[in-house]
Amino acid sequence: MSTNLSPNRSRRVGDTLPKKKRFTYQTRDALTGYVFIAPQVLGIALFVLVPLGLIFYYSFHEWNVLANDFSFVGIDNFKKFLNDPDMNTVLRNTGVFSLGLVIFNLSLALFLAVMLNRKIRGTAFFRTVFFSPVVISLVAWTIVWGFLLQDNGGINALLSMMGIDGPNWLREGWGAMISVIVVQVFKNVGLNMVLFLSALQGVPTELYEAAALDGANRRKIFSKMTVPLISPMILLTSIITIVGSLQVYAQVAVLTQGGPGMSTTVLVYYIVQQSFDFHQLGYGSLLAIILFLIVLVLTVVQWQMRKRWVHYEQ
Amino acid sequence: MKSTKKLKSAGVLVGTTLLAASCASGSGSSDEPEADSIDLRMTVWTSADAHLDLFQGIADAYMETHPEISSIKFDPLPFDDYTSTLTTQIAGGSPPDLAWIFDDTAPDFVQSGALVPLNDVLESTDGYEFHDLNEKALELWKDDTEILAYPFSTSPFVTFVNEDLLEESGLPNSEEMVSSGDWTWEKVSAAGSKVKEETGKNGFIIRDFEYLDWVYLSTVWNGWGASPWDEAGTTCTFDSPEMVSAFEFLHDAAFESNSMPGPGTTADFFAGDAAFTVTQISRASELPEDGFNWELLSLPHGPEGEYSVTGQAGLGVLTASKNEDAAAEFLAFFTNPENAEELAEFFPPPRESLLTAEVLSESNPRLSPEQIESVVVPGIETGEVRPGHSNNQEISQKVRASLDDLWKNNADIEEILGATCASIETYLKDAES
Repeated sequence: MSTNLSPNRSRRVGDTLPKKKRFTYQTRDALTGYVFIAPQVLGIALFVLVPLGLIFYYSFHEWNVLANDFSFVGIDNFKKFLNDPDMNTVLRNTGVFSLGLVIFNLSLALFLAVMLNRKIRGTAFFRTVFFSPVVISLVAWTIVWGFLLQDNGGINALLSMMGIDGPNWLREGWGAMISVIVVQVFKNVGLNMVLFLSALQGVPTELYEAAALDGANRRKIFSKMTVPLISPMILLTSIITIVGSLQVYAQVAVLTQGGPGMSTTVLVYYIVQQSFDFHQLGYGSLLAIILFLIVLVLTVVQWQMRKRWVHYEQ
Repeated sequence: MKSTKKLKSAGVLVGTTLLAASCASGSGSSDEPEADSIDLRMTVWTSADAHLDLFQGIADAYMETHPEISSIKFDPLPFDDYTSTLTTQIAGGSPPDLAWIFDDTAPDFVQSGALVPLNDVLESTDGYEFHDLNEKALELWKDDTEILAYPFSTSPFVTFVNEDLLEESGLPNSEEMVSSGDWTWEKVSAAGSKVKEETGKNGFIIRDFEYLDWVYLSTVWNGWGASPWDEAGTTCTFDSPEMVSAFEFLHDAAFESNSMPGPGTTADFFAGDAAFTVTQISRASELPEDGFNWELLSLPHGPEGEYSVTGQAGLGVLTASKNEDAAAEFLAFFTNPENAEELAEFFPPPRESLLTAEVLSESNPRLSPEQIESVVVPGIETGEVRPGHSNNQEISQKVRASLDDLWKNNADIEEILGATCASIETYLKDAES
């Protein structure tokens, strides 16, 4: 017994031809995709690409907001950048901050992830403790640290109980830079820790067993097996951390206002200062372009260098 | 074919809509305001309900007689980023019509052409009593003879004294210090040092300085006859002998005699942490009701004798406003004698007729008429306004960065102040050109 489930397709005289579908299946499929990505694309176009274009345009102008002076100055802002007596200090500070943050953050995150990748009691509690700063307001976090780092604040009180005369953290050059780095590391180390943790948990346990059977010690297993296996995640976290470190602003604004002297004035803080405090929006725009290029170059370099040290990339 | 037609129809529809919209917006931007068509906005840095309610009350009264004004909004901006936020709003094409302006940024606003001249509107407003305005209070807000902002708040810096801490340290009280001629910075520092030694509390605090906002130090160095630059604002005088001497005093207070809390140390006079503080009278409201015994005095005398310093805030109309005339007329109403008296509850006015103990004691219920008469009124009438410059923000940052080297043990004060001058030379020369 067979049943014809298909509709009757036989035609009779006088029947009109069925309408040809306007879009093919593939076109409709593609259109649906475009509709889904449209909000994101529009968002990026409106809030990233258009401002980027405008910043590029402004960088060839002098724009003093108060004097209502907006005039084309060609490459004068670029010349000013090359001759800016503070630029070397600002770029050096930015480099020191980024390097310190990346090294300290990634090492601590990996260490914590390895420690908390064990099936022992209290692991979940410590994972929560280390991740919780990530969800706290950045400014609130920094203000609290600001109080702790005062000369008569909590950190020095603690050191004093141990018989140590602590430095005036936020008023001494290197102390201030170290403080800003540490505050930022503790704020975000939990995020990288979780990413490393997920990568570590993706390493098959059989590999560890095989390595142990082959006589590899724990150090060798970690350096020769675990690290190469999680190297794609190391690449991801290092890109995210470097890009984030170059955009630090709030911590500097709240903790040190770029001081003492100019010892913690980093590029983004300097851009905000030039643009909105000194009313030099044209020069500030050029500096923003420079920052964009630095981030772009560093990301491309890291991406290219991954061939040398990132293994098992999917 | 059919779809092409549809597309064309859609295009015409969109085009017509856009045209209609642009016509509509065009008609709205005509120069002549229609009834209920002007919205005014004033940026302020206070968010206190009592202040905002008072402003709104004045604005409502104005709107009753001015039907062309449909709304007047007071827009509180954060105090710390006030000027940056204001300039960002101007840059973004959404400037307020009126704005409060800090005294240290006054020269920048006054000289840049950002403010609308107010002489005509103030002089021509009935009952304004233009000549009642105190000339000294207006100085900072004038470009030659043009008044570009109204100094709605002129608040003198004064000294609050914690009498309990002086007594606890076995020191004479403030009245005895004054009567014996010991109301000088030198004696105040010595007393502060003794308080630190005896009680562990602090000596004197220059409130809000915090080793960052150095402009507050003018409340000290004016007593030495020092100033950061000359009157024209083109020559640095940070390295003058008077300034070096004033900074030697401050450095000694912070690092040798410990009469002033050092950098990075938090202390609050109003919480009972110090014997003396220099601040504005409005801070009297922070004195605890059942706290320590306190007294109010003028600034201690410096080597140059008696002096006073005021902090000011101006109110101006921005040239970037689309409603310049309406905003200027509202400013004239907002600051007329009747409203100035209302505002005096919170903001010491620049009107000579209102500089009386009777009016000012309403705004400062914690102060006695004698204290107002002897300290506050002379302070307003004779006080020098804190220093400001047309390149104020750059100069402020450079000086702060340079002075950071000074707030260390064994700092070479003369050399550092010389370096401070070198660091701001370019910006002072800019002002010259």
